[in-house]
Amino acid sequence: MAGVELRNVVKRYGDTQVVHGVDCSIADGEFLVIVGPSGCGKSTLLRMIAGLEAISGGEIAIGGRVVNKLEPAERDIAMVFQNYALYPHMSVYDNMAYGLKIRGLPKSEIEERVRKAAGILELADELLRRKPRQLSGGQRQRVAMGRAIVRNPQVFLFDEPLSNLDAKLRVQMRLEIKKLQESLGITSVYVTHDQVEAMTLGHRLMVLNAGVVEQLGAPIELYERPASLFVAGFIGSPAMNFVAARVSADGAALELPGGDRVPLANGHAGAAAGRNVTLGVRPEHLDPAQDGGGVAHLNVAVVEQLGADTLVHGHFGSDRSDLTLRLHGTHSFKSGEVLPLNVRPDHLHLFDPETGKRLVS
Amino acid sequence: MVENRQWLTIFTHVVLLLGIAIVAFPIYVTFVASSHTLFDLVRMPMPLLPGAEAVNNYMQALRAGLGEGAGTEAIGAGRMMFNSLVMALGIAGGKIAISIIAAYAIVYFRFRFRMTAFWLIFITLMLPVEVRILPTYKVVADLGMLDSYAGLIIPLIASATATFMFRQVFLAVPDELAEAARIDGAGPLRFFWDILLPLSRTNIAALFVILFIYGWNQYLWPLMITNDADMLTVVIGINRMLAVGDDQAEWQIIMATTILAMLPPVLVVISMQKLFVKGLTETEK
Repeated sequence: MAGVELRNVVKRYGDTQVVHGVDCSIADGEFLVIVGPSGCGKSTLLRMIAGLEAISGGEIAIGGRVVNKLEPAERDIAMVFQNYALYPHMSVYDNMAYGLKIRGLPKSEIEERVRKAAGILELADELLRRKPRQLSGGQRQRVAMGRAIVRNPQVFLFDEPLSNLDAKLRVQMRLEIKKLQESLGITSVYVTHDQVEAMTLGHRLMVLNAGVVEQLGAPIELYERPASLFVAGFIGSPAMNFVAARVSADGAALELPGGDRVPLANGHAGAAAGRNVTLGVRPEHLDPAQDGGGVAHLNVAVVEQLGADTLVHGHFGSDRSDLTLRLHGTHSFKSGEVLPLNVRPDHLHLFDPETGKRLVS
Repeated sequence: MVENRQWLTIFTHVVLLLGIAIVAFPIYVTFVASSHTLFDLVRMPMPLLPGAEAVNNYMQALRAGLGEGAGTEAIGAGRMMFNSLVMALGIAGGKIAISIIAAYAIVYFRFRFRMTAFWLIFITLMLPVEVRILPTYKVVADLGMLDSYAGLIIPLIASATATFMFRQVFLAVPDELAEAARIDGAGPLRFFWDILLPLSRTNIAALFVILFIYGWNQYLWPLMITNDADMLTVVIGINRMLAVGDDQAEWQIIMATTILAMLPPVLVVISMQKLFVKGLTETEK
């Protein structure tokens, strides 16, 4: 087992650069999730680690060994593909055993390893004799993971392994992957565009946008202190509300478009006093004000009842900024109703409207 | 048909039977002709029911279908069919082997002039064998391959159609399969042998059927390069039997040989029918 080091990794296709110098050190046994919108370079980055794409610049080291020039088979990795990539003409057993056969392991050991992996993944003996097309999506997914496990690699690479499954199975397999990774303790890199998968699976998240690392950190850290507008909007569902605002001259409060003032927590925006900022507030950090107080009088437009939660969409202020609330439990509001809001000062995020970077604290 | 009217059923069946009759009648006449004596055959009207001479005729066709001529020994249909079989198998096998390897190179390897190579192969599709038959003959003659199996087979092996078909088959194989194999440590040859070949099994079978018949029915090329009676293919043999000058052609023997010549392609089609249909229709990889 071993960690993975990415040092200023760059990928270019001709003149277009798609990955712009990624630095990251993944510890032994860590589960790193790379997340980002489609086309952000996350799969390319994973494929460079796997050795399926050439590295245009920088270095990748697995277990302290620079692997830039090594073939995928020599890197001691295993990969799970989005469409599973099982060999359609081989039985499940042969699919899992193929890599070991090529390595020239003795038959008895191959058998032992495949049986063990099948046991871990709860694949019945009778399934091992079937062809991939006779399996359900979830079973194929398991076989693909089994093929990775039998290799006993230093690193697992997952390329959106759950996106071909239906919603229910996805939740179940997500849990299984997490348990599996924890019990095997193998360093894993997991690529997804699904932020729920990212939040639940990873020890750390890398948010990638247009080939640049926007933020790297623990899931909760990214949720609580997003480093940029992009991360703030990407992590969390429903997405964070963004409102154009202005910090008062004394730095003690925020002036909202409607003229409402929101007090800022101590020392929150000292440096940004008098500046235009983008205010970010998560839907779950807004509440209806109880006794006549409150700021940002929300014009309710649509109410979505989710059972456990209620989502209230509307707009407020002179520029009719859109705002979404997430309230616990069931609430009934009518469209057109005006709702004064309470804002929790300790859950405000201020961003520079030009650079998109987080301002202070 | 969605409709279920009786006259419609009858009508469709009549059309079908008519179609079958039109296709099958000449073959039936051939068979009938192969079961009579020559004397019965040349009388008017020609018999339309099988006669009693079938065993005799077929035995003679197999033993000495082409009678002794000036300076040549008699040669039986058995020998000719063996020659045809060698040629047809050689052409089918050779074409498949060459074109599957060429397609593998074109699809899976990035090398200079890859597309040039592909288009060069592709434009040979535009030229029928007949157009380049003289230069080909010259080359084969200079190489001393006249009257040999090699001469019969090798010039007909290159195939743009088959290369093109395998290219399409390989393009339909998901890239991830090749990548998974790379991660599993399979080199290019292993990948080809363990994964691509089994995956193209049905396509190979379909192509084999088509090419076997193509090879079996070759006419112009064997006609050009075989003189030795020992090297005659059955198609050329039948043609030679007709060329008797002023003598009476032995129609009953010729017809028996014709029926015999039809059997191997029919056997190939029947035995590989399942794979053949799968290979032409199956898209799931």
